[in-house]
Amino acid sequence: MLTLAPVCDADAPIARVNPVAKLAAVAAVSTTALVAADWLTPLLLLAVLAAAIPFSGIRIRALARHLAWLWLAAGTVVVVNALFAAEQTGRTLLAFGPVEISSGALLDGTAIGLRVCVAATAGVLGFATTDPTDLADALTQQLKAPARFTLGALAALRLLPLLGAEWQQITTARRARGLEAGWNPLRRARLFASTMFTLLVGAIRRAGRLAAAMDARGFDSEIPRTHARTQRMAAGDWALTALAVAVCAGAVAASVAYGTFTVFL
Amino acid sequence: MVPVEFRGFAWRHAGRRAQAVAGVDLRVEPGERVLLLGPSGSGKSTLLAALAGLLTDDSGEQDGEVLIDGKPAADQRARVGLLFQDPESQLVMARSGDDVAFGLENQAVPPGEIWPRVHAALEAVGFPYGPDRPTHALSGGEQQRLALAGVLARRPDLILLDEPTANLDPEGAQDVREALRYALADSEATMIVVEHRVADILDLVDRVIALGPGGTLIADGPAAAVLAEHGESLAAQGVWVPGVPLPSRPAGTAGDVALRGDGLTLAYPGADRPALDDVTFALRRGELVAVTGPNGSGKSTLALLAGGLARPTSGVATVPGEARPLHRLPARRLATRVGSVFQDPEHQFVTPTVRDELAFGPRQAGWPADRTAARVAELLDRLRLAPLAEANPHTLSGGEARRLSVAGALAAAPDVLLLDEPTFGQDRRTWGELVDLTADIRDEGTALLAVTHDRDFAAALAGRELVLRGGRLAEGAAE
Repeated sequence: MLTLAPVCDADAPIARVNPVAKLAAVAAVSTTALVAADWLTPLLLLAVLAAAIPFSGIRIRALARHLAWLWLAAGTVVVVNALFAAEQTGRTLLAFGPVEISSGALLDGTAIGLRVCVAATAGVLGFATTDPTDLADALTQQLKAPARFTLGALAALRLLPLLGAEWQQITTARRARGLEAGWNPLRRARLFASTMFTLLVGAIRRAGRLAAAMDARGFDSEIPRTHARTQRMAAGDWALTALAVAVCAGAVAASVAYGTFTVFL
Repeated sequence: MVPVEFRGFAWRHAGRRAQAVAGVDLRVEPGERVLLLGPSGSGKSTLLAALAGLLTDDSGEQDGEVLIDGKPAADQRARVGLLFQDPESQLVMARSGDDVAFGLENQAVPPGEIWPRVHAALEAVGFPYGPDRPTHALSGGEQQRLALAGVLARRPDLILLDEPTANLDPEGAQDVREALRYALADSEATMIVVEHRVADILDLVDRVIALGPGGTLIADGPAAAVLAEHGESLAAQGVWVPGVPLPSRPAGTAGDVALRGDGLTLAYPGADRPALDDVTFALRRGELVAVTGPNGSGKSTLALLAGGLARPTSGVATVPGEARPLHRLPARRLATRVGSVFQDPEHQFVTPTVRDELAFGPRQAGWPADRTAARVAELLDRLRLAPLAEANPHTLSGGEARRLSVAGALAAAPDVLLLDEPTFGQDRRTWGELVDLTADIRDEGTALLAVTHDRDFAAALAGRELVLRGGRLAEGAAE
């Protein structure tokens, strides 16, 4: 079943860090990877992220599954950018009819692929180690996001797995009525639409009931809410954010020193 | 502990012409425990929503007053707790303890006091797990007890219960009633409960108020007196009055075998034991077999496999005249052999009108137009759906939707009909209608299999019972 629990050991060092601190660290790393257009900066960042994995408490196998789509995406990015680069520079590596790949274009493509990898890996590391409830708490308390938004989103998230189960039930009930898509793509599309409609009717009713239940427990009262769990930045949380910024600065500095650094404009 | 008062109260839902309730005058004394009775459409839920302050200006039009402790109910929200019927749609948070804390946070309880109150409330309802237990891993009965803890933790002066056990299996319902009994004995709060199953809740209340259509007062007084005087008429309106006899429709002699299950087994990947394990049975024309057993014993899985709706890991379900096992039949052919009626009727509706809904199965099966039309007319008439022929199925009442789902499954004239909890959450009147309808279908020679927790339904109709435990057949085997 689809669940929303984080896929990691909750006592691991990174899992215990404050969600806002993690958010800041992910933002720093992703922004750096986005701004730096060379291949060395993202490569260094990726190495640091790889070194951080043991501290995240994420099981490697689970992480690999989460990131499987990413390798595909990054690979596609490299190929597309190498193939369709505005100008092919450097040594020609491959020429086949109209297809031509040069070393310069391949390097640029690889850099872009690496940058995608860095941003995605950082995001997965941050979110897979964060409980959605803690994130909502932190956003509300530390970043003053409105509770109607954060808790509303949280309540909706709780209903998501139910939708999966309900989709299954509706599909089964349709077969009992004599309705089945088979191989006909048109029928398949129509059945999908009608199943989706039934699912939405149910979901909207359930959301209405949930909203009433939340209000019945005082969610819409004007009183400022208190918080059962306090989320704040401790010394260790500041340290992680600082470390992330330092790593970014270090990677950029190394790239500048090596002479490869360029800025994406 | 507060007094509650309705003064000339009326409510019209936005977009409706008729008032849901009108001219309601009621007073409930501080600390009283009241059972509110009435048929569907008598506005019981509207009255509870009014007391909980959930009827806002933009959702309808109000006349008269609703007072809690002499002040408008809308301003007294913090003093009222409301437990809804559906456990699934009243839990907010992913962790059990957080869900109880949610109501306290809204009330601005100081953080230091929140957790002690959460623990006390969880203990009061007999919650068997710690506060970190994920809410999605709870059974219906456990979820409902957690929701009750969420109500109690706010220490309401007025507790409102809207059919708190209607969506639960008997075991879960029993646990919730235990929790209510314990919690209410410990509290001085005024309490108003809406419930059809009167016998189950009678020892918790000291006064019964019976409402008629539109909220008119029919009876008011001590429980015993009201039930003695108005029992018959309340039962006729759909209330489960204890002591009023239930109908019984014993079957005639069973005919030929209409469906056979041989060694049916279904193991979900990753599960530690099969959901259904080597079950063999035969179902004959003109009989109703009840499938019973505790939650998770494989009842619904049996219905899915017998209906050809899931692929068994091993074993087959077959009907005479089909060489292929049911799960390999194309859907349009399957519907002419075995009909399945699901717990939620709305999942089955596939067309915009009641009439089309009935014509759907026959059309899929390729019946000629005149035969289809005759069949639809017959079903509309027999299931008293004729006045609703052009209505949208999604707008029907609970009882009507249930009748339509049965009619839809029967439309293509299958010899076998499978029912999953057909009487779940129905009031007594609808229940009686369903018993009669099912008995008629059976006596015309259809073979019926009904998955049910409802002892009364099984007693009224079933010739025999298949009892499942842990996925295996416990008694009532093959022939």
